[in-house]
Amino acid sequence: MEWLTTVDHKKIAVLYLVAGGMFFLIGGLEALLIRIQLMKPEFDFVPAHTFNELITMHGTTMIFLAAMPLIFALMNIAVPLQIGARDVAFPFVNALGFWMFFFGGLLLNLSWFLGGAPDAGWTAYAPLSGPDFGSNGVNFYVVGLQIAGLGTFIGGINMLATIVNMRAPGMSFMRMPMFVWTSFVTSIIILFCFPAITVGLVLLMFDRLFDANFFDVANGGNPVIYQHLFWIFGHPEVYILIIPAFGILSEVITTFSSKRLYGYSSMVFATVLIGFLSFMVWAHHMFTTGLGPVANSLFGVATMLIAVPTGIKIFNWIFTMWGGHIRFTTANLFAVAFIPTFVIGGVTGVMLASPPADFQYHDTYFVVAHFHYVIVGGLIFAVFAGLFYWWPKLFGRMLSETMGKWTFWLFFTGFHMTFFVQHFLGLMGMPRRVFTYLKGQGWDELNFISTIGAFLMAAGTIVFLVNIAVTARKPVGAPADPWDGRTLEWTIPSPPPEFNYAQIPLVRGLDALWVEKTEGNKEMVPSEPLGPIHLPSPTILPFLMSVGLFIAGFGFMYAGQHFDNGLAQALFNNYIVAGIGLALFFACMFIRSLFDDRGFHVEPEGLQEKGAKA
Amino acid sequence: MLARNRGWRFLPLAALFSLLLAGCDGVLNPQGPNARDQYDLIVLSFVIMVIVMVVVYSLFFFVIIRYRKRKGQTGYPEQVEGSYKLELTWTIIPFILLIVLAVPSVMDTFVYAKDYTKDKDTMHVKVTAHQFWWEFEYPDLGIRTAQDLVIPAGKRVSLEITSADVTHSFWIPELAGKMDANPGLVNKMYFSADHEGVYKGKCAELCGSSHALMDFKVVAKSKADFDAWIEQLKTPASISADAKQGEEIFKKKQCIACHAITPDQIGTGPNLAGFGDRQVVAGFRPHTAEWIEKWVKNPQEVKPGTLMPNLGLTDDEAKQVAKYLLELK
Repeated sequence: MEWLTTVDHKKIAVLYLVAGGMFFLIGGLEALLIRIQLMKPEFDFVPAHTFNELITMHGTTMIFLAAMPLIFALMNIAVPLQIGARDVAFPFVNALGFWMFFFGGLLLNLSWFLGGAPDAGWTAYAPLSGPDFGSNGVNFYVVGLQIAGLGTFIGGINMLATIVNMRAPGMSFMRMPMFVWTSFVTSIIILFCFPAITVGLVLLMFDRLFDANFFDVANGGNPVIYQHLFWIFGHPEVYILIIPAFGILSEVITTFSSKRLYGYSSMVFATVLIGFLSFMVWAHHMFTTGLGPVANSLFGVATMLIAVPTGIKIFNWIFTMWGGHIRFTTANLFAVAFIPTFVIGGVTGVMLASPPADFQYHDTYFVVAHFHYVIVGGLIFAVFAGLFYWWPKLFGRMLSETMGKWTFWLFFTGFHMTFFVQHFLGLMGMPRRVFTYLKGQGWDELNFISTIGAFLMAAGTIVFLVNIAVTARKPVGAPADPWDGRTLEWTIPSPPPEFNYAQIPLVRGLDALWVEKTEGNKEMVPSEPLGPIHLPSPTILPFLMSVGLFIAGFGFMYAGQHFDNGLAQALFNNYIVAGIGLALFFACMFIRSLFDDRGFHVEPEGLQEKGAKA
Repeated sequence: MLARNRGWRFLPLAALFSLLLAGCDGVLNPQGPNARDQYDLIVLSFVIMVIVMVVVYSLFFFVIIRYRKRKGQTGYPEQVEGSYKLELTWTIIPFILLIVLAVPSVMDTFVYAKDYTKDKDTMHVKVTAHQFWWEFEYPDLGIRTAQDLVIPAGKRVSLEITSADVTHSFWIPELAGKMDANPGLVNKMYFSADHEGVYKGKCAELCGSSHALMDFKVVAKSKADFDAWIEQLKTPASISADAKQGEEIFKKKQCIACHAITPDQIGTGPNLAGFGDRQVVAGFRPHTAEWIEKWVKNPQEVKPGTLMPNLGLTDDEAKQVAKYLLELK
């Protein structure tokens, strides 16, 4: 119950971590099934249609239900702590964001048990996803992603408000840790790009559930519009994923090199520039759609430009390590391995940016290799680095370094085995999203290697899970500052007390803790006197609101279908179920606005001791 | 058309690249001018990227080896803020490298966008993609065919590509890059094959269950062979007495309702005129009586999600139909 009602950012981070981790495992299992099917030519491990469901769900799950929540988990752990805040700006909204994501994801995954998963690819291009061609599973896609997307959207706004308003005294924008900066830019991208996919999904939903004709050619619709809407969201989405990864990396590398970030201001500039350019390049996913040479050239050149700020970052990281004392902890291994891996993903990205060459690469395994290098080799490496780095802060227990290194080497080797060879498969003409391939095309060995690699990655992940299980049995006892850190989160006990800071610290420069350390101070200078601390009360409303939307989702999805059971027919076909769900949703909103919840105060003396002990 | 080779300045690396991938098929084995230009661009971008990687990797490995924390090392290293000179360097150099790639990219983009659909010296073909087969119409010649795109070698072929249902993508890796087939829209592209031969064609955009099996062939013939093919296609096939029974079944079982057997007619299924000369069955299986039998007996098993129904043919009926189809020349 405590977990269902919490509005504490650290607990919500744990919720995100558990839910995101669970979906990551589901997505990983789907990936393994995909790789087994492609292990040999003409293998019949899964049927064609199931394969399409698997690739659709693998992509959708990994992007929306694993990668984004894991990032939100890390942002929820670190951002309030790093800016010296007691919580996010809107704790209630934070909880609501999580529950909406969770129930949206749950709804999407229930499709496996309710007549089949979506099968039109994670991009769900119309008309394949439309009412005439897509299976019933696509309804789960449009409804589930709308609910989950809403959660992400409000989560992003909340982060923005937090970073703008809640910084400790003295923390100017140019003193913010890099991870806060990247969270800030990511949140801005979320703010602008989620509306685009929402529009795309709503139009698709209207086509599917209410017989509209937005993408129906026979009635004057145009399916290419869907592609635009999808990628106006979809390309920035990639940067929503990778920009926080850049931030995590900057934190981990600086800490473990014992050096300040090289070229901090150019890093900030590069981050903002990447955020901006991410909106200028969506059509590079559509070079073969027939947009014409002018559009293709402009979007091609704009895409190449992204390499410049990304290159600035790569060199700045290398020069951060230059002259440092580099400690290769597990966190830092993942962070350091990110650099060469991401460079491969980056250079193939530039190769893809040339439209005429892309006519050959497009929709082949070359592209599959490229984006896995960016998303797995970039983002997932960074998430591992971030987890190993902040785990002691969040749970007060250190993860095992030995098992951590096993995780790293298994995952790292498996990753390169899986995806490096796919570049060549693509150049040899293997299209993506094929459930099988014929013998004699020279693809057999490379596909086999790729599958073995996938199993190594799975093994690495299993070692990580064992590591968590073993660590969970240890007593709480991590030091406040296990890594000799530089930023504010390391000034408070691990795990932090509910209110984080008994006294909000005064920030006197970039890497606030480092500034104090170099001046010989043991702790931060407080910016306020010790006094009662205001905290918001826990509430079940966010959970109930999300349940309401979850129920309404089912109501709308099944409204057009016929049931043999009279009761079900009456409930669904008269929109009664949809009505119940929406009623619950709005009732909760009403209650929230009717009753003024003033929260409560804690006296720091008593609780500080408790926090230190906990 | 010009065969430009911009890779010459990077000859050693390009040679290495070719060596690494020697014997590979697909994109790396270009057999026509479009694919060759695209291959050159790929090599150029590859070479630039290798240069970038060599620089980054050398620095990277130097740093992680040289500056790892050693035993007994104490104190903190000097905290360096950054250097405008260095940061400017790694901003400007990538810019220059990108320009080297961007200029030919943009030029080629415009070259490929040229519209030859009205050009007199070009052969015109209208391509319509269906779940999961390809229809080819030669408007100038008044014929239609399916699955095998027969072209004269060395002649420019201009395509108008569209789709009858969902989005597909037309791709012949060895001859030219992709072009999407969008329902309700017509996309134009052109290509040509240097030599006679049979080239693999594929659908590159997810289009349903049998997306993976939506292959086709491009058959490039000499001018004379191509003309002979047209002639033969236009002359009605002479069915031997042996295959008459198969013809009966074909008509009785309503195969004819979807499949036209003369090249001037439209059906909802692939046109079967000249089927006896095709390269593959169902787009991807060997062109043998055995596979034709399997295909007509249980289409779903060969190609999941196909619209061709299972007509419940007996083994014998299937055999007869196969015999008949092979005589459609």
